[in-house]
Amino acid sequence: MTLGYISKRLFHLALIMFGVSVVVFLMLRMIPGDPAQLLLGEFASPEELERLREQLGLNQSLFTQFWIYISNIVQGDLGHSVRTNAPVTGEIWVRLIATLELSLAAMCIATVFGIAAGVLSAVKQYSLWDYGAMFMALVGVSMPIFWLGLMLIYLFAVKYPVLPMMGRISLGLEVPDVTGLMVVDAVVAGNWQSLVSALKHLILPAFTLATIPMAIVARITRSAMLEVLNMDYVRTARAKGMTELVVILRHALRNAFLPVVTVLGLNLGLLLGGAVLTETIFSWPGLGRYVVDSLSGRDYAAVQGCILVFALLMAAINLAVDLIYVLLDPRIRVNE
Amino acid sequence: MKRLLVVLLALWFMLPAGAMASQADTLIWGRGGDSVNLDLAQATDGESIKAGIQVLENLVIFGKDSMDVEPQLAESWSISEDGLTWTFKLRHGVTFHDGEPFNAQAVYDSFARIIDETHPLHGYGKWRYLSLSLKPVTAINVVDDYTIQLVTKKPFAPLLNNLALWLCPILSPKAMHEYKDQIGQHPVGTGPFKFVKWVKDDQIVFERNDDYWGDKAKVKQIVLKSIPEPSARLMALQSGAVDIADDLDPDSIKLVEKNSDLTMIKRPSVNVGYLALNTEKPYLKDPKVRIGLSHAIDKNTIIQAIFQGMAIPAKNPFAPSIWSYNDAIKPYDYDPVKAKKMLQDAGFDFTRELELWAMPVSRAYMPDPVKTAELIQAYLSAVGVKAKIVRMDWGTYLKKTSNGEHDMCMLGWLGGNADPDNFLYGLLSADTAQTPGASNVALWKNAEFTKLCKEAQVIFDKKERTQRYLTAQEIAHNEAPWIPLAHTTIVRCYNKRLSNVPLRPNGLNSFQMVSKN
Repeated sequence: MTLGYISKRLFHLALIMFGVSVVVFLMLRMIPGDPAQLLLGEFASPEELERLREQLGLNQSLFTQFWIYISNIVQGDLGHSVRTNAPVTGEIWVRLIATLELSLAAMCIATVFGIAAGVLSAVKQYSLWDYGAMFMALVGVSMPIFWLGLMLIYLFAVKYPVLPMMGRISLGLEVPDVTGLMVVDAVVAGNWQSLVSALKHLILPAFTLATIPMAIVARITRSAMLEVLNMDYVRTARAKGMTELVVILRHALRNAFLPVVTVLGLNLGLLLGGAVLTETIFSWPGLGRYVVDSLSGRDYAAVQGCILVFALLMAAINLAVDLIYVLLDPRIRVNE
Repeated sequence: MKRLLVVLLALWFMLPAGAMASQADTLIWGRGGDSVNLDLAQATDGESIKAGIQVLENLVIFGKDSMDVEPQLAESWSISEDGLTWTFKLRHGVTFHDGEPFNAQAVYDSFARIIDETHPLHGYGKWRYLSLSLKPVTAINVVDDYTIQLVTKKPFAPLLNNLALWLCPILSPKAMHEYKDQIGQHPVGTGPFKFVKWVKDDQIVFERNDDYWGDKAKVKQIVLKSIPEPSARLMALQSGAVDIADDLDPDSIKLVEKNSDLTMIKRPSVNVGYLALNTEKPYLKDPKVRIGLSHAIDKNTIIQAIFQGMAIPAKNPFAPSIWSYNDAIKPYDYDPVKAKKMLQDAGFDFTRELELWAMPVSRAYMPDPVKTAELIQAYLSAVGVKAKIVRMDWGTYLKKTSNGEHDMCMLGWLGGNADPDNFLYGLLSADTAQTPGASNVALWKNAEFTKLCKEAQVIFDKKERTQRYLTAQEIAHNEAPWIPLAHTTIVRCYNKRLSNVPLRPNGLNSFQMVSKN
C-alpha cells in the first residue's frame, strides 16, 4: 500500500463527488412543480410567489444557478435552507452525528450477534443450534422494520415500560457537546447517569435497525466459516493440539473474515441511508428524516447537501473496506 | 463475561424505568414534526406557529377558546373617523426576555421590518402571507413611547383580526439586530414562556417567564417533542411519556376515548374543504347545472368514510365557528333523482366527461383526497355524469388551478384570521378570480357578491358587516360556484393529569394556564 495508491483513490473520490453533485443538481430541477409554490402552499398570493422565486434565484438561468452552487460547494458552503434560513452545513452536521451514533450502535449489534450466530451454526452444522440460528436469520431478513419497531415500543415502553421509546437522552439530562455522539460525550464528561440514559435510548432503535444486517452477517459468516473449517490449516492447527476455541477464533474465523468485512462495509452504507424508517418510528433526530422532510419541502440546498454527504460517506466506506482487505490478507497487493 | 453481565444489570437499575413518567412541572407535548422557524412573521407551518406563540405576543389576540379579538400587548385601541388610522395604547412595564423594555419603538421595528423595504431588518427575513398581515398598512407612526399608529390607504376592517393572527409578533429589537436572519432560531419576545434550546428534529424547550406581565405560567417548562409516527405518538401518550399528543388519526382517537387516563377536547375548526366548479367552462356556467351536481353528492357519507366522523358537513364557504355564519341557509340535500332531473332540465350534456382534479397531498380539510375524489366520481356516475380523476404534483396543481385549467378541483382553506372576508372576498370575489394566480378557483364573478364583500371591508360596525356577509352567503349558495364539503373537527388528546387545556378553533393556543398534577 503506497501513498500513490491512496492519492489516486482520493482523486477518484473527487471525480465521483463532482459527478454526484451534477446529477443531484439536475435531478432536483427536473422534478416537476414550482418550489416557490410548494414552499408557500395554497395560501400564497402571486406577488409573494414572485418575490420568493427571486430570493431563491429561481429566475436565473440553470447554468448560472449551477455555477453559483458549484463554486459555493468548493468553498465548503452547501448553501442556506429555504425553510429555516440556516446554513445547511450545520443542519446536516448535527443530524449526521445522530445518525452515525445509531448506525454504529446497530453495526456493533449486527457484528457481534451476527458473527456469533454464524460461527455457532457453522461449528455445529446441522444441529438444533444451526437450524435455530438460520431460522432466526431468515425471519430477521424478512422482518418489516416498521412493524418490528412499533412492536418493540409497545412491548418495552408501553406494556412493560423498561426502555425509553423516543429521543436520544432523557429530558433534563445533558452532556457537553464534544463529539456529538451522546455515548462518547457522556464518557468524556464522566457523566454516569447520562451514559446509562443514552445507552438505554439506543437499545430499541439500534436493535431494530440491526435486524436485517445481523441476519445477513450471520448467513455470510456461516458459509465462509464452513468453507474455511475444511481447510488443511485448520486440520493442522487441531493436530498441533490447540484448543477448539483457539482453532475457531484464531485460525478459522480470521480467514473467514474477508467476505464478512465486505458485507459489513456495504451494510454500514445501507444503515446510514436506510435509517429513515427507524428514525421515524423512534423519533430519532437523524439525517434520514431530514432528507425526507427537505425533499417534500423542495429544500434544494438541504437535499443536495445530504446527498453529497451520503455519497462521500459511501465512497469513504468503500475506500476503507479496500484498505482493510490489505491489512487482513497480506496476499492481496495493490495494483498501481 | 459473567462479571460484565452483572455490571450491566447493575447499571440498568441505577436509573428508574426508561419511559419515565414526565416530571411534575414539565409539560411534554408530542407532535408530528419539528418547527421550522419560530419568528412567526416568517412562519408558514403549523408546528412553527404552535411553538412560536408560546414565546411571542401580538398587540391583540383571539380569546382563549373563541375567535373574538382581545387586548394583548395593546391595552386599548381606537379608529379615526375616516377609518384610516388605528391608534394602539400599549401596555406599560413589559420587558422582553432579554431584559429590553417593550415600547412603541419595538412595535415599530417588528412591523416595519415586514413592510418597509428600507428598514435595516427587512433583508433578514422572508415575510410570509403579507395580505393576511400588514399589507394594507402604509405608515407606522410612533406617537410616544406607549402609543403607536397604523395608517391604511383605504379603510380596512379586517386589520384587527390580522393583527391577532400569528403573523405580526413583537420581538425584542436588540435580539433582531443581534441574530439577524437567525432570529427564527432564537426568538426573543414577551410571552409567558422563554425560549431555552432547540435540538433539531427532536425537541424544543421553553421555560416559564417569571417576569411575565400577566398571569404567570403554571408549569415550569414546556418540552415539544417531535414524534413523526402517529402510532408512536399514541403510544407515547398511553405510556405517559408525553402529556399531550396532537394530530392523532381517527383510529388512535377512538383508543384515547376508551382509555380512562386520557381525555380530549373537540372543537369545530375554522377550515373548509370544497369542490370548486369552474364557472368559466361553458358546460358548468349554468347555476342550475351546478346545483344539480350539488344534489348528487352525499357529504354525510364522505364525512363518515373519509373523515371517520371527525368533521361536519359544510353548506357555506366558512365554518359555523366564525361570526356571521348564515345558518338559515338550507343545504342542497343528497337526492340523486332530483339531481339527475335538474341536470336534464338544464340541458346538461351527459356524454361529456368532466375532469375531476384530486389534490396530491392530504390536508386536515382533505385527509384523503384521492379516495374523496373516487367517492365523488361514483356519486356523479350514479346520476349519469362521467368524471375522470386527474392527478399531478402539488406545485403544478396549485398553479394550474389558479389558471383555471380544471373543470372541477378540490381545495380547501384554513381561515387563519377568522374574518369572513378571508373566505368570501379571498376565495369567491370577482377581484380574486383573475387568472393567472386566481385564488377564486371557481372563477366565479358575481358583481353583487363582490360589492357586498368590498363594502364590508370598509365598514367597522360588526352588525352592518354581518348583514352583508349573510346576504353574500345566500348569493353564493344560490349560484353554487362551490360544493362545500366539510369543516373538520379539531381534537387535542391529553393526559388527565393536565387541567385547563385550551383549544381555539384554529388550534393555536398559549399554554400558560395549563397545569399538571
